This record gives sequence, C-alpha cells and structure tokens, in this order.
Amino acid sequence: MNSFKKNLLKKRYNAERRFQWYGKIAIGLALSFLAVFMFQIFSKGYSAFQKTWIVTEVHYDKELLLIDAESPSKDDLENADYYDVAYKAMTSLDPGLPEEEDRQLIQMVSYKYEAEVKDLLLKNPDYLGKIVPIKLTASDDVDQVHKGNYPRDIPEENRRVNDYQLQIYDMLNERGDILLEFNISFFTSPDSREAELAGIASSFMGTVFSILVCLAFSFPVAVLAAIYLEEFAPKNKFTDFIEVNINNLAAVPSIVFGLLGLGILLAVFNLPRSTPLVGGITLSLMTLPTIIIAARASLKAVPPSIREAALAMGASNMQTTMHHTVPLSMPGTLSGTIIGLAQALGETAPLILIGMVAFVNTIPGTPVDPAASLPVQIYIWSESAERGFVEKVSACIMVLLAFLILMNLAAQIVRHKFEKKWS
Amino acid sequence: MSKIKAENVNVYYGSKQALFDVSIDIAEKEVTALIGPSGCGKSTFLRCLNRMNDVIEICRVEGSIKMDNLELNSRKLDVVRLRENVGMVFQKPNPFPKTIYENVAYGPTIHGIAQSKEEMDQIVETSLKKAALWNEVKDRLDEIGTGLSGGQQQRLCIARAISVSPEVILMDEPCSALDPIATAQIEELIDDLKKEVTIVIVTHSMSQAARVSQKTGFFHLGKLIEFGPTDKIFKNPDNQQTQDYITGRFG
Repeated sequence: MNSFKKNLLKKRYNAERRFQWYGKIAIGLALSFLAVFMFQIFSKGYSAFQKTWIVTEVHYDKELLLIDAESPSKDDLENADYYDVAYKAMTSLDPGLPEEEDRQLIQMVSYKYEAEVKDLLLKNPDYLGKIVPIKLTASDDVDQVHKGNYPRDIPEENRRVNDYQLQIYDMLNERGDILLEFNISFFTSPDSREAELAGIASSFMGTVFSILVCLAFSFPVAVLAAIYLEEFAPKNKFTDFIEVNINNLAAVPSIVFGLLGLGILLAVFNLPRSTPLVGGITLSLMTLPTIIIAARASLKAVPPSIREAALAMGASNMQTTMHHTVPLSMPGTLSGTIIGLAQALGETAPLILIGMVAFVNTIPGTPVDPAASLPVQIYIWSESAERGFVEKVSACIMVLLAFLILMNLAAQIVRHKFEKKWS
Repeated sequence: MSKIKAENVNVYYGSKQALFDVSIDIAEKEVTALIGPSGCGKSTFLRCLNRMNDVIEICRVEGSIKMDNLELNSRKLDVVRLRENVGMVFQKPNPFPKTIYENVAYGPTIHGIAQSKEEMDQIVETSLKKAALWNEVKDRLDEIGTGLSGGQQQRLCIARAISVSPEVILMDEPCSALDPIATAQIEELIDDLKKEVTIVIVTHSMSQAARVSQKTGFFHLGKLIEFGPTDKIFKNPDNQQTQDYITGRFG
C-alpha cells in the first residue's frame, strides 16, 4: 500500500471515530439535561407526599359542645358547637399564654381544625365526655419548618413563623407530638387556597374526564376519516389537498384551538364554561390530526396481498375494509391514539382559554362540572406565593409525568402485543 | 367446450399499453397455462378474468371477455358475483391472519352459502380435503393460518378459493414461492381439481406448464404469440419465437 492510500485510510478511520464521539456527546448532554430536570423535580417535590400533623388532646365536654340530650343522636353531634372544644384543644398546648395572644397557637394548625375536631367525634361517638388525643393538620408554615424547607435563621419580622411558635413547635417535636405521615389528602382533596389542604383530586378528575371526552370525540371521527381517505377516496388533487391540510393541522399551535373552543363552543353553542366537556372537545381538535395520521399509516402498512385475497374471494370494498384491513390496522391506530391523548394530557394553553383555569374547590363528578386539569393546576400553583405550594407544583408534575409514562407504556404494549407478524 | 372467450383485449396502464389484441378461447374443465418472460402481460390478462385490475386505478381494459356469454368487461357487471364464480390463487400465499377454519369459511360466510354451523363445518372439511390439506390440519383448525408452512399456506389458499365452488380458478404463479415437494403436491391437486373446475394458470416454469396443462398460450411483449394444445406448443410450435423461448434461447 502506498502512503497516499494509507493516509486516506487513516483519515477515514479518524472521521468515523470523531463522528461517533459527537454522537456520544450529544446523547450525554441530553441525558444530563434530563437528569438535572428530574433531580430538580424529585428533590423539591417528594416532601409534598408527606404531611405534618400536630398531636394534642381534645376534651369532648358536653357542656362546651352545648349538648343537652342524655344519649345524643347523630344529629345532635352534627349540630353541636365545636368552637370552644377545638379552641381549648389548641390553647391547652400552652396554658400560661394570655388570652389575647392565643391566635399565635391557633395559627399553627390549618383553619379547618374545628372541622377535624368535629369529624373525629362523628366517627367515634363514644369519645363524648372523654379526653382523647387528636391529630390536627399543621399549617403550611409549620409544615415547611418541619420538613426543613423554611429557614429559621432569618429575622423574626420577616418570618411567617415567629419565635414563640418555633418554641412551641420545638417543644411538641421533642415530645414526639409532631407527626410526618403519607399525605393521603394530596390525592383526595380538591384545590384550596391553603397549601396544607390543597390536593389534586379535582384537577386529576378534570384531566380524566377531559381525556375521556377527547377520546370519545376524536377517535371515531379520526378513524372514519382515515378509513375513508385511505380505502375509499379517489386519489386526486382534492384528496391530496385534504391530506396536506390534515398534516398542517397537526402543526397548529394549541392556543389557536383554545381560541376556537372559546369562540365556538362557549360563545356560539353556550356549553358550560370551565368544564371537561368543553376542554375535551377542544383537545379533540388537536388530537384529531395525530390520530388520522397514525391510522392512515397503519392502514397503509396492511399488506396489499390481504386486500387482494379478500377482494378475490368476492368481498366488497366495504367488507374487505371492515373484515380485514381495519382490524389489522387497529394496534397501530390505538397506539397512535394513546400517543395523541398523551399529548393532549399535557396541554395547558387551550384549557386556560376556555376557563379551566378557574379555582375549583369541589371534585367534579361529571364532565359538565367545573374542573381544572393537572397541567393547569401546575400553572395555578406555580403562581401562588406560599412556600407550601412550591413542593406541590413539583409533586403535581410528578403525578402528570407518571400518568404520561403509563400512557406511553400502554401504547408500547398495544403495539407490540397485538401487532400481527407477516410471514 | 369454451368457457371463457376473450376477443381483442387491450389493456393500458395509464398511457402504457400492456396487452395488444389478445384473443383466446379457454376450454371448460381443462387446465390452460399461460407462459412467457417476465413483464409479458400474462398476469395482466389473468387479472382481467376476475376484474382484479379494477383495484389499479390507472388500469383500463378494452375489448370483450365473455364467460358463458356473460360480458365480463362491462360496467354493469357485479364484480362480487363474478369473483364468487371465479376464484384466484396468488403468487405468494396470502392466508388471512385468522384461524384455518375462518380462512376457509370466509367466502361461504360473505356469500351466504352455508345455512347452519353443520353445513359450514361440512364445507370447510370438503374444501380442505379437496385441497389435500385436511389430514394435516384437522386437529388444529383453530390455529392461525399464517403459522403453516409455505406449501400448506398455499393449499389453504386453494381450499379457500374452492370453498365457494367456483366454476373457474385463476392461479398466478402459485408455486413460485414453494419448494419442489410442495410444488409437486400443488400440481397433483391441480390435476384433481380440473375434473370439476376450469383452471387458468400463469407459470414461469415451462416444465410445470407441460406437466399440468392441456392448452398453453405463449405471451411476449403484451401479445399472445401462439396458443394451442400443450403437446403441440412444446414439441412442434408454429412460431419461431415460441420455439426459441421453450428451448431456452431467450426469456
């Protein structure tokens, strides 16, 4: 081999090695971005899955409850006055405190503490007249202090938890009367202005309803459109034009669909504002092109030999399509649908426009009840000033990501499990 | 007796002409073989006989093809009825990705041939027996048809084609994807079937045409060069081109 050829060979090897390195660096960068992103979310958000409780003692004194009956009925307990009992449960933590300062103690638990005192008695009517321990939801400030998210060393006048409250907190903590438990209410409660009470139940249900409505509207329309275009429509300039437009539709920014929903669904058809029904229909406009494209691709992937076999047996076009082509294309269509829905799941902008950004503190039971959705909930909480919402935002992102990963997994499983192998 | 009579058939794919004035008489209950080099138009002609060219949008067929005095090349013809009477077996075995039973029962189902489950079972059994596949699959009728071997798949396709008792079966190079043993089985089958149905077979293998057919047509560049009894075509053709082709000098 002469030196010119040797050089050429060396250059070729070097070029290939360099190229491989570029690729490795690119992948490394992408992975490290992902790792930083995930670390950020998890390190901030994991604490939202835990909830701080303050344990104290409550005396269900009949006199303070204003119950006269000897053996009170459920109704009597329901209508009793819990204010004093609850108040005493908190102030008993520091009996020496002057009366005008007691707000400082009350502020250490959530404003719903009276309801919590009531609920415990309603669940255990035999506690009446007894002194029993009770768990009260700590206020988000105490919660954040306990989780170590709130700095204790800043000057008192800038701190939401004052020195006295910190002293009580330390005392309770030493006694083991501050509990950190799994935060069930994060999943079962609707949104709230108070960070310690806020949960994702309403936005989660809103998302589920929106996705179901979206599926119900977009899947049949998209599949029918795809079947017609792929199997029946003549191939001419007009159908080419339609195809180009469907592909363009897939690239339209989602906020435009939101305006469409606002202008038509709300303004013209007067559908109920802020509801998953409207949100779902708006999102279905977005998923429609995605599903059409996926369905057409999987119809195209059915080998022509199957169509020929059916036609040669004397099946009509319709029978060939319905008996053979469509069933064989279903795995691809379904996985495309799930991916389309997963995209819709993360959409925020169109939902904000149709009013699903409203503060909703009830859990929707039907698609026509007002609701938020998970991405919008993230948006709402991220605008809140309280420190307690910071971890909630990250936790909500984690729930959304888990939802997305589950859906993508489902798409993968559908594709691999039900796809027919052509011999 | 003539079953299918084609007169001056011209076929165009867009502006390209694929068949030139083909006229041919296909006799009833005989095997007619169509031979010729690749791209000579023999498959195109075959697909005119059950209107499978309709699927190709740019394809245009002119001329007259009559089956028992019924004009096949007419807009008014119901292709579904035609294809019930004219079955087809393709080059590559193409069973439906369904069970063996469903494969055979599909035709009778869509044409409403069987009245009851028992009748359908009977049709499936007879068809598979005629296709010489029954003994191999009778215990696994609910297995997927695409799981069979290539030769078995092709016999399944034949069983599917005869399940609706067609008068004519078209075969488009049915053995080109098969090994010699499977090919021999199919050829034997063709010999049996011709007692009941008219068969038109397109083949690349001249020895196959010689073995299975009674009449042979030689196509070249879209024209039917010579058509006659198989013996004569192979032993004493009139045309020089036919002579050259069957002796392997071109093609």
